[in-house]
Amino acid sequence: MTFYETLGVAWEGLALNKARSLLTTLGVIIGVASVIVMLGVSAGAEAAIAERINSLGADLIIVGPMRGVPGAARTLVYDDALAIAENVRGINGVSAEQFTTQDVSGGGTLLEAISVLGVTPDFPAVRDYRLLTGRFFTAEENDRKTKVAVLGYGISQDLFGAEDPFGQQVTIGSTRFTVVGVMQPKGVIADVDYDGRVYIPLSVVFQKFSSTMVGADRVRTIYVKAESREVMDSVIAQITALLVERHDVEVSQPDFSVQTQQDIIATQEATTEAFRDLLAWVAGVSLLVGGIGIMNIMLVSVTERTREIGLRQALGARPWDVQLQFLLEAVILSLVGGLAGAVGGIAGVYLFGSLGTMRTELVPASIPLAFGAAAIVGVFFGYYPATQAARLDPIEALRRE
Amino acid sequence: MEELLLNTQNVTKFYGSDDATVHALAGVNLSVRRGEFVAIMGPSGSGKSTLMNILGCLDRPTSGAYVLDGEDVSELSRAQLADVRNRKIGFIFQSFNLLPRLSALKNVMMPMLYYRQDADERPRVDEREERATRALEDVGLGDRLHHRPNQLSGGQQQRVAIARALVNQPPLILADEPTGNLDSHASEEVMTLIGGLHRKGVTILMVTHDPTIAAHAERVVCLRDGLIVADGPGGGGNCVEREGRR
Ligand SMILES: Nc1ncnc2c1ncn2[C@@H]1O[C@H](COP(=O)(O)OP(=O)(O)OP(=O)(O)O)[C@@H](O)[C@H]1O
Ligand SMILES: [Mg+2]
Repeated sequence: MTFYETLGVAWEGLALNKARSLLTTLGVIIGVASVIVMLGVSAGAEAAIAERINSLGADLIIVGPMRGVPGAARTLVYDDALAIAENVRGINGVSAEQFTTQDVSGGGTLLEAISVLGVTPDFPAVRDYRLLTGRFFTAEENDRKTKVAVLGYGISQDLFGAEDPFGQQVTIGSTRFTVVGVMQPKGVIADVDYDGRVYIPLSVVFQKFSSTMVGADRVRTIYVKAESREVMDSVIAQITALLVERHDVEVSQPDFSVQTQQDIIATQEATTEAFRDLLAWVAGVSLLVGGIGIMNIMLVSVTERTREIGLRQALGARPWDVQLQFLLEAVILSLVGGLAGAVGGIAGVYLFGSLGTMRTELVPASIPLAFGAAAIVGVFFGYYPATQAARLDPIEALRRE
Repeated sequence: MEELLLNTQNVTKFYGSDDATVHALAGVNLSVRRGEFVAIMGPSGSGKSTLMNILGCLDRPTSGAYVLDGEDVSELSRAQLADVRNRKIGFIFQSFNLLPRLSALKNVMMPMLYYRQDADERPRVDEREERATRALEDVGLGDRLHHRPNQLSGGQQQRVAIARALVNQPPLILADEPTGNLDSHASEEVMTLIGGLHRKGVTILMVTHDPTIAAHAERVVCLRDGLIVADGPGGGGNCVEREGRR
């Protein structure tokens, strides 16, 4: 008997119970689909992260309060930013930021609870933001605490529509500001709406919006732009040494953190990885369940068809012929499940992508990978029932009803 | 070609162990020449089916030798026995044993699937359907090729099974109560067919309880308690007589 002849016999055997056979493969379908979706989701997340690195700049250093240290949120002050700008070598700019949430009105419209960022004039250069119209505020305006504001694109649209808001008045909290510019649209990246913000001089935030409890000159983040990626390590070391001295803390227990985009991305990657691990578990468990389902149905099939097995043996089927027949039935089952799962997985990748909350990219290699997994499941879980079939005694088997 | 097709020497078959041992066969010496038509009779439990299973290479004797077609088969492996069954033995069962989902033609083609791949006489795939068709025509079912077993009468089903037993042209046909599930009319049809095979020179061993069926054979072997107690020509009268005297 040739392999193809056995394949034909196996196919006939499955066709006998189409509906049942199909149900059996459900676990394999889900397993294979989740392998493909899993790889699609993580490929999409990786692409999104790469895009974020590009949008924020790899030469940016972020100085912030150390998370989890009591009181640390209040330790970073504007003078720290000035000291960095003055003393650290190899940098192109420093931007200190503090933010407050305020109601913003203008053009007859009121917007509630808008993020208002107090920043320094270096902000566009350091953060790589561009203006759509108008200009950013100057060092002089910051020093004089001039009430000027630059609007995020979305805020500008909401308050003034298509009109150029240059020179218009907006009220932030209870203070009136003059609009001097609008930022280019940036969109939503990693859940942050970069267009829904208003930028004002940091000194004005200190003057008007800082709570006295926190302290008038506290800043939330200091962004430092390095001259090149080569000097990053040196810049980080200088900043760390400077702040350790200024804050009078131990190097081993700083009340601040100095991070790069790479560090932040690494934590994000860890999150993505956790998600990918979860999907891998789902895929693994479904394949296991699917495999056990296949094993179960094959054992039922061997029992139901004991007489057929006995007959085939009487007609000259060798143990191996019987074993191969049932093994192939299991593999065909799992591959049919694999095929359905691949179709479902590809659909899933596009579906998740089109929902808009998650970015996905179909990984072509995931399809043969998922099929391979399905085939292995078939062989592995089909082996035992097939061996049972091959071991049947022909006389016993023929006597069975 | 030698005269003897099969020969058993002191074949025994025991089931169970110790006190519960059943001596299904207690030392059977049987020789069958090529072309013979032998009926095997005997009371229920006398070991007829056990003997047929051993002669059919479905089972191995507990002790003793069995030579079939010049080959000692008592020591062969399971796979080798399967090959012997495929090439040398055609089975006719009491309950037909056709696969219900396959057509008559497919059922008859089944033995040709299990030829060894390297066998010289292995029929080419395109020859198989032709050979199965001819076998079905020979048993008078040329117009029922694509019927499923449940669309055929019992007698017709047994004829499909006979076609299947013949399709590999084995030297030996084994039939364990081939008419056991048939009415007298269908039994006669089937026995006419088997008689025809005998005239063509096929060697046939047939188990039966029915003396009129046994009358078709030229020799009757009578078993009792796992032993041959009578072996002689035609009629089966002697065996029935002995059974009667019990
Ligand atoms: N697998 C088995 N295990 C144990 N004992 C068995 C087995 N097969 C047969 N026997 C016993 O061997 C003896 C012979 O059985 P066998 O089936 O050969 O009888 P038989 O002549 O064919 O009977 P019948 O005319 O009823 O078909 C019986 O006593 C039976 O109970
Ligand atoms: Mg019997």
